[in-house]
Amino acid sequence: MDWMNMSALEVGKKIKAKEIGVEEVTKAALDRIAEKDKDVNAFITVCADEAMAQAKKVQKGIDEGTLTSPLAGVPMAVKDNMCTKGILTTCASKILTGFKPFYSSTAVNRLEEAGAVILGKLNMDEFAMGSTSETSFYGPVVNPWGSQRSPGGSSGGSAAAVAAGEAFYTLGSDTGGSIRQPASFCGVTGLKPTYGSVSRYGLIAYASSLDQIGPLGKNVEDVAEVLSIISGHDPKDSTSVPSGAIQTQLTGDIKGKRIGIPKEYFGDGLQADVKERVLAAAKKLEEMGAIVEEFSMPETDYAIPAYYIIACAEASSNLSRFDGVKYGYAAPEYKDLTDLYYKSRSQGFGMEVKRRIMIGAFVLSSGYYDAYYKKALQVKAVIKQSFDRAFETFDCILSPTAPTTALKLGESLSDPLKMYLGDIYTVSVNLAGLPSLVVPCGFDKEGLPVGLQLTGKAFTESQLLNIGYAFQQATDYHLHLPETKKEA
Amino acid sequence: MDYITTMGLEVHTELSTKTKIFCNCSTEFGGEPNTHVCEVCSGMPGTLPVLNRQVVEYAIRVGIATNCEITQYNKFDRKNYFYPDLPKAYQVSQLYLPICRNGHIDIEVNGKKKAIRIHEIHMEEDAGKLIHDPWDDCTLVDYNRCGVPLLEIVSEPDFETGEEVIAYLTKLKAILQYTGVSDCKMEQGSLRADVNLSVRPVTTDELGTRTEMKNINSFKAIARAIEGERKRQIEVIEEGGRVVQETRRWDDNKGASFAMRSKENAQDYRYFPEPDLVPIEISDEWIARVKSEMPELPDAKKARYLADYGLPEYDVDIITGSKYLVEIFEQALAACNEPKEVSNWIMGEVLRLATETSTDVEDISFDFANLGKLILLVKKNVVNRPTAKEVFEKMFRENVEPEQYIKENGLEMVQDDNLVREVVVKVLADNPKSIAEWKEGNEKVTRFLMGQCMKQLKGKADPGTVNAVIAEELAKL
Repeated sequence: MDWMNMSALEVGKKIKAKEIGVEEVTKAALDRIAEKDKDVNAFITVCADEAMAQAKKVQKGIDEGTLTSPLAGVPMAVKDNMCTKGILTTCASKILTGFKPFYSSTAVNRLEEAGAVILGKLNMDEFAMGSTSETSFYGPVVNPWGSQRSPGGSSGGSAAAVAAGEAFYTLGSDTGGSIRQPASFCGVTGLKPTYGSVSRYGLIAYASSLDQIGPLGKNVEDVAEVLSIISGHDPKDSTSVPSGAIQTQLTGDIKGKRIGIPKEYFGDGLQADVKERVLAAAKKLEEMGAIVEEFSMPETDYAIPAYYIIACAEASSNLSRFDGVKYGYAAPEYKDLTDLYYKSRSQGFGMEVKRRIMIGAFVLSSGYYDAYYKKALQVKAVIKQSFDRAFETFDCILSPTAPTTALKLGESLSDPLKMYLGDIYTVSVNLAGLPSLVVPCGFDKEGLPVGLQLTGKAFTESQLLNIGYAFQQATDYHLHLPETKKEA
Repeated sequence: MDYITTMGLEVHTELSTKTKIFCNCSTEFGGEPNTHVCEVCSGMPGTLPVLNRQVVEYAIRVGIATNCEITQYNKFDRKNYFYPDLPKAYQVSQLYLPICRNGHIDIEVNGKKKAIRIHEIHMEEDAGKLIHDPWDDCTLVDYNRCGVPLLEIVSEPDFETGEEVIAYLTKLKAILQYTGVSDCKMEQGSLRADVNLSVRPVTTDELGTRTEMKNINSFKAIARAIEGERKRQIEVIEEGGRVVQETRRWDDNKGASFAMRSKENAQDYRYFPEPDLVPIEISDEWIARVKSEMPELPDAKKARYLADYGLPEYDVDIITGSKYLVEIFEQALAACNEPKEVSNWIMGEVLRLATETSTDVEDISFDFANLGKLILLVKKNVVNRPTAKEVFEKMFRENVEPEQYIKENGLEMVQDDNLVREVVVKVLADNPKSIAEWKEGNEKVTRFLMGQCMKQLKGKADPGTVNAVIAEELAKL
């Protein structure tokens, strides 16, 4: 039997029952990566030796009873914008060439303490800037559902690795949809937690006020379990909320839950079969006892410009520290200090990153700040209010994740604006700091996965996960894997 | 043509918190380069700042002491610029909502009182230090200072003379020391001043174009820089030129300032709210607590010293101008309750020895209560004044305990009047020539005789007594 097609909790259970050893399953995962990743390119770094050593240690901990997490010993992988002590951390950028941090991100630390085995670091859009995982210095990630398709982005590697069975679960980060859109494109389950519920310490910032780490997995139970490990206050992150880890009771009972459908999310530009699958999912939830109603959220139109202004502004500042002086790539030849900065940054950053740094520097520059940045912050407040209003009526908002299913590789690189518009259903959630879950809800006419987005009030992850769980109990879309689909 | 000078000051002071503003690294000065550094203050990727609340507390203290309004909803902002001493390429500072606003400090120059208004005080992090290595002809960076908390205290352009500036800085320094927020060691860079200066003919009210002189690090240098820049600007105007708005560096050795960068090349710092820190809310209770714990400030202390102790204003100004002299005064006073004596000793011997030994007042380290004890020993005639000064020098240099030292070295005054008389009689007998002169009306010889007697008594007798006995014995002749 192929273990790699099991869920993380199933494997964890088998490890606990001593049906599989941690080293054995780690070896199996590494073999799977060796076999698959030539095509998928989900990994930037595979740390086979470290993983095997960790597997041995974890097995010992499990045997001695010190590691009791249901996920102890389960191999996983981390998006390459999270610092991992002693392991190359690149953000998929040339400018971080050779950067091995001497500290780990809090999320990674917490998983390791719970007995996670880290297989490696996952490919992504450079500095998480992009929606296709094609802007990576390490080459594009390929969607396991079709060799000509993008897995989405920026956490394309995180979603593709789960879909290809290369890791049982992964960590991604979501600034404007970077967990949810790839989860949707790759047919996996992904959660963007409430801003502040998972520590950002050690996450190399793209847009600090919007970035949030979250889990991707084969189903809601796996994602909920990972969340319970990585969430909770971290004294090293001032923006992390002062509350404990999020524990979820998955009952599958959604009777009486009020689900809102914003009609603006189903207008022009939405692929017909995506619309159909998402509305069918709403119907399904209604059959299970939820109350589904349409409502209006007209402020959506302003979300994309506000998002790109805020994100780029913060990025232009966050990425200034990469100057070729202390670590990472430095231009080999330069005249003086300014020239070193200029050349290292010109040669070290890719096109999309440069574009966003320039946009960000522009919107913050004196004379333009009020017209752009300040206005964007006002829009952010308006969007937050419109969600607040919606949540007076609804427990959760149901929508498509992206206007389309997985795009063809290369399709959007030449037209960044088109790529930006693809973020239309996801960016508002980040501006409002809300939790949002994506679960597979079917396939388009070409057999590519469609993802259902469920968004809740801040800190209602538990409720969202329960609705997602109920949906997965009643459907089997999440059980489809690219391979089984091909065989069928 | 006469000109009016207008100046404003930006003072940076390093706070004496144990740890840095956003991490747990030590703020201690003088460590080996890059030893008080971690991933946070060196700005490594992915790291985040966590605010040291002591910095806020200190800022509130200074705000209250300078009569400022305290901003109760505070935010930090990022000031973006590239420089190797700034590892994140931005400095976390406060632009939009500084912690203190609209205060003032009262100064007095030549008997004239004046209030200098404080525009704002904001919290920020210090940058690292660049050190040029002449051997390898390269520049090295020391990040130890990176993230040391700073307050920037920005005055309104209320100064017209260098004396006012010095009076303000002296007062500000005393406030910062009294409130315990900074040691204000200029030579270590923990107090740095930038001077904005413009001149205008007395015939106009319109302010001239100003220049900024950065990081001048002693009061004397500031006075020289002001005088130098004032003259330079007047010369430019008199020669028909225009003063250019620019940043200038004062070279104290050359006694001249040099242009660093003009406004045209001024950086756009692209300020925006720091998203990695949450707003700080300062409650009424917090402000009230800081207020209630506020130590007595320089003005109040001066008033009290004048009223309660009747000391000369000049002496009080000097003593209350330094927290460290106040410590000496108050500890010595507690041990003897002789305010005038203590003040005289400080103004005399303490400051004399400090100058003689090149000791900064903050580094004077003898047990101050012993000065009080010594004053009592003089008062009780255990030692005479000249001997006490010798004893004090020993106290100052070696921190000896006065009573014990006097005893061990047999320095007590001779209390035996018969012994004094014996010595006087002997001295008179031994100096017939002097007696003869005295008889001829030369009063001066009594001083010589006095000296001889004291010499015989090893300086340990009360000079008054000796003088009286000499007079008595001479009268008998």
